[in-house]
Amino acid sequence: MLKVDSINCGIVIDHITPGNGIKIFEKLKLGNVDYPVVLLMNVHSANKVKKDIIKIENKIDIDLTMLGLIDPEITVNIIENAIIESKQKVKIPNEVTGLFRCKNPRCVTNFDEYAVPKFRLSNSNKKILYRCNYCEELTSYVI
Amino acid sequence: MNLKGRHLIDPNDFTLEELDEVFKLADKMIKDRNAYSKICQGRILGTCFYEPSTRTRLSFESAMLRMGGSILGFSDAATSSVSKGESIADTIRVLGSYADVLVMRHPKEGAPKLASEFSTAPVINGGDGGHQHPTQTLTDLLTINQLKGKIEGHTVAFCGDLKFGRTVHSLISTLSRYAKSKFILISPIELKLPESLKVNLKRKYDIEIVETEDLEKHMAEIDILYMTRIQKERFFNEADYTRLKDSYILNRNKLKDAKPDMMIMHPLPRVNEIGYDVDGDPRAVYFKQAEYGIYARMALMALLLGVDVDVEGR
Repeated sequence: MLKVDSINCGIVIDHITPGNGIKIFEKLKLGNVDYPVVLLMNVHSANKVKKDIIKIENKIDIDLTMLGLIDPEITVNIIENAIIESKQKVKIPNEVTGLFRCKNPRCVTNFDEYAVPKFRLSNSNKKILYRCNYCEELTSYVI
Repeated sequence: MNLKGRHLIDPNDFTLEELDEVFKLADKMIKDRNAYSKICQGRILGTCFYEPSTRTRLSFESAMLRMGGSILGFSDAATSSVSKGESIADTIRVLGSYADVLVMRHPKEGAPKLASEFSTAPVINGGDGGHQHPTQTLTDLLTINQLKGKIEGHTVAFCGDLKFGRTVHSLISTLSRYAKSKFILISPIELKLPESLKVNLKRKYDIEIVETEDLEKHMAEIDILYMTRIQKERFFNEADYTRLKDSYILNRNKLKDAKPDMMIMHPLPRVNEIGYDVDGDPRAVYFKQAEYGIYARMALMALLLGVDVDVEGR
């Protein structure tokens, strides 16, 4: 059985759907940092069959909106003195700014640097779709 | 209700009551245009046309001149600072200080919305790519209101390019907000109304939509037939345009089953989608529609500028 120590002060991103851990690891650019980071993949979960976990021995700013886009099942635990200080559930964000591009090739956000792509959640049932604030086209977010 | 200082980017920016305010003022202007010939004295309209337009630009210019105002701007991006790579935001920040109200046409969808975020003057969307053309919608609704007596409850057929046709997107979105609208969408499969728009309208409003490729099949039930041009400039390749451009051509013969009071509308310019033999038919109202466009834009600009429109007794 693989054993990984608890962290003293930092962040644990828990309940990540298996396979998404590496995507989040890359999005947070954790491969380039100089503090301890652990990516655990396919570990046993009480609720799920398996899950991924990321442990970060540092209190970095985590973009919960971005995490919600990748995997709305995630829980973010803030650790202080080796105990969980707070727990945050991420969710599919209702509004997203600047995290992905509009799929419409004629949309102004694909041409003008002042135009930061902004989206409103349009459909969160089967396929997550966002409506562009500028051209109103629907874009599905795929990491 | 006060439209002073507001932008018009999408017809949905205005409530139905606010749209009605525009139509009521336009109606007064139609009845006595001269009474309004000085209400915009000292006011300037800035025209920012990033792609060619004759009708819309001249219609705006005529509307402002008929109210005693002045105009400045550019009608071709190639001859303005835009060609030097200036951003929309910078252009609008500057022009917003030169003019009191701005109208923008741009080939990129959402550009007027972006402009409105940086402008101190009200911005009117004069058409953005295949997205929206709200003042054409005001024109269309004013025409329907003037000639049919009411906007709600009609069976409206849209024919031609429903995929890229921004006038269609704006009009169908706005008509859906009025009660009891039924739409017949006539187009080749490649130019159907975007699925996202259709789904959105059906979800939000109690509307009936019928889609067909056959122009004559539903002719007898149509109250308003809205013809559109297959627009060459919206295609990425010439072959697709050539294949689809003559899909629907309306002529007198095809009108034999039409209601005697059916209205034939077209945002103009037309190429060959309406035969010249239809022009003499009393049901053809597209030139009247273009005339109403001046009044719709006069009323809109007067209200956005907040000028005194109470001309009675002057």
